[in-house]
Amino acid sequence: MAVIPSEPPDGLRLAKAARAASPTSLALRVLLSAIAVLAVLALPLAALAAGETIGGTLSYRVDGARVPVEGVTITVSQDGSAIGTAISDAEGRWEVALPGPGNYQVVLDATTLPEGVTLTDPDLVELPSVSVLGGQRRTVIFPLGEGTTAGVTTYARLGALLVAGLKLGATIALAAVGLSLIYGVTRLVNFAHAELVTLGAVIAVYFQASDGLGWPLVLAAVPAIILVALFGGFQGRYLWRPLRRRGTSVLSLMVVSIGLSFALRSIIQLIFGGLPVAYRDYVAQPAVLVGGIPMVPKHLATIAVSIVVLFLVAQFLRRSRIGTAMRAVADDRDLAESSGIDVERVIQVTWVLAAGLAALGGIFFGLNESVTYDMGLRILLALFAAVVLGGLGTAYGVMLGGFVVGITVEMSTLWLPSELKFSAGLVILIVMLLFRPQGLLGARERIG
Amino acid sequence: MDWGQILVSGILAMVGPITAGYALSAIGLNLQFGYSGLLNFGHVAFMLVGAYGVGITVQAGGPLWLGIAVGVGAAALLGLLLGIPTLRLRADYFAITSIAVAEVIRLVVRSSSAAPVTGGVFGIQRFANDFYALNPFSATTLYGSGPLVITGRTLWLMVVGWALVLLAILFVRRLINSPWGRVLKAIREDEDATSSLGKHVFAYKLQALMIGGAIAGLAGILFALDQQNIHPDNYQTAITFQLYVMVILGGAGTIWGPLLGGALFSFIFFSTDALFARLQANVDWIGQLLTPAEAGLIKYILVGVVLMLLMAFRPQGLLGRSGEGRVGDS
Repeated sequence: MAVIPSEPPDGLRLAKAARAASPTSLALRVLLSAIAVLAVLALPLAALAAGETIGGTLSYRVDGARVPVEGVTITVSQDGSAIGTAISDAEGRWEVALPGPGNYQVVLDATTLPEGVTLTDPDLVELPSVSVLGGQRRTVIFPLGEGTTAGVTTYARLGALLVAGLKLGATIALAAVGLSLIYGVTRLVNFAHAELVTLGAVIAVYFQASDGLGWPLVLAAVPAIILVALFGGFQGRYLWRPLRRRGTSVLSLMVVSIGLSFALRSIIQLIFGGLPVAYRDYVAQPAVLVGGIPMVPKHLATIAVSIVVLFLVAQFLRRSRIGTAMRAVADDRDLAESSGIDVERVIQVTWVLAAGLAALGGIFFGLNESVTYDMGLRILLALFAAVVLGGLGTAYGVMLGGFVVGITVEMSTLWLPSELKFSAGLVILIVMLLFRPQGLLGARERIG
Repeated sequence: MDWGQILVSGILAMVGPITAGYALSAIGLNLQFGYSGLLNFGHVAFMLVGAYGVGITVQAGGPLWLGIAVGVGAAALLGLLLGIPTLRLRADYFAITSIAVAEVIRLVVRSSSAAPVTGGVFGIQRFANDFYALNPFSATTLYGSGPLVITGRTLWLMVVGWALVLLAILFVRRLINSPWGRVLKAIREDEDATSSLGKHVFAYKLQALMIGGAIAGLAGILFALDQQNIHPDNYQTAITFQLYVMVILGGAGTIWGPLLGGALFSFIFFSTDALFARLQANVDWIGQLLTPAEAGLIKYILVGVVLMLLMAFRPQGLLGRSGEGRVGDS
């Protein structure tokens, strides 16, 4: 939430002041309304004073005696960004201070457990949602016991990161191809593309929710993709085409798209809420070892389905009449128009296709991470990096770019804290702009 | 429903230090977007850098004036770093990179690995005591009459804030009416033509980005002084979009546009917020439909919609003449 600066003491003083100045209930209500406005903004301060924490004591029992476990790293995070890290002391105690009440994820780093100690239930290495009330010092327990932990080899870790990278890359490629195609045929960088990604994931939530239609996710994805594709066609026809007809410049159109992005995101937040939601199906799938590398089936499915879909899109662009027309319009709109191609129809089809692909990408992103109202914004940087890497307006290049960005982002966690992994996308973006702005597969041309 | 109270919240917000900060930042954005045609979607990052420049310097034991210099300098430096890879390329590349950079800077500042310096999610507090020590007004005395009262503390912030706004406007007016400013406007109208006249287009754009960024850095510092709290989540992309509405509403590429747009925006924004808060509390069916937090979201939806409508139907804003200030038209 954007916060307009304010501070509570002033509001309070203001309150007392107004009461003194005119002792009517009107003044009081003015004050209260002012405080109400200010109170929201002052939340971080107020929360800080209350001092919420998450903590606990790590120990295990040997013959009835409690043995504290020292030197274990525990990380508390919220919405994917780390709040703090604690290392258990000689008594096994650890504590992390929190910015305020809310839901937090608590993760124990199993590699820091001393030799001979292991979690009695390996699934409990991560507590995905620990809710903390105002002022609460919340205690969480990691059940430990004697045993041997299978050490994670570098090979397995690299393999797992590669799979994670391919999975993320497939998602990015699906969403980014549409962004690039829209740019190709209309020269618009559509900042609201991110919201198409979110919308796909969010609509699928309603179709599969137990208090909704309760469909399996595979089935719920179908209407979600169709609805978002229709929405894409709708905005192409009733928003972007009239604006183009009026002769609005591309720069102005980009400002319109960023306004649309912001409005859509707020509407989604209003209806869907601010908390992350997971799909009912395929949560917490156990990994299977393939060639010594742990792989989660849903990740493999994401990769396989994405590659098939991307292959079909490539074939569509290469062989079908409308697909080749799309490439022709992207190449040279005037020439395409003069050779008898119905450019408006091509643009229309592009909008529908782009939105549908974005929705599918969103569902995969939601499946593997979680569904939030701002997931599109979180992935937007990666989309841009993929598009610039592949070359704005290209299709095949962007598919490749998506995978490169996905793998780079996941591999970057070898050096970067995982909350910052998407910054690796920015590095790619800047390096490409400095050295090869036309993209990996783009033809050399002047774009300055 | 008491319309008087809604009006009062709007008016208090409009003249307050927050609006001064917004107007100041909008003046910087106007120099970039309105006069140079730079589509800076990461403007809030300059404010963040300015604020953290002060916070970190003071926390490290430096005096406040040094912190302000560091903050403004760091914001200008951000403009340099952001501009070098992007400003030679087409406008969309700059737009893409600016929004990406703003988000990454916020995430880095927020991350636990940066916490020893930036305070992470806890931010930085207690850095502005020197500023309030200079307050010539009595901090707790009330000024004004009727329901329109403010404390001496706020009055001090207002005086400083609006003085900075006025100085920035005079400074930008001086710049724009100089030969330098005429080249800038020529670049906005036709980059290739300006380039063929022998002007170093890249250097001019870079300078405009840095100067606009430094002004935004100062605005970020004003926000931080007002709150006595620098928190990464206060610098989200939403602020950038609000600034765009202000600049376009007042008239992009006009001297007084950002001030007019900023004041009008604040009035509408805060009175709308107060209106929805009261509707939520007093009208039964709205109260059942929306929680207070949800009612607070409606103003953000309106910001997005207004930005779209303004850009589509009146891109020259209130003060602009049609034909001038229609950014990017060629």
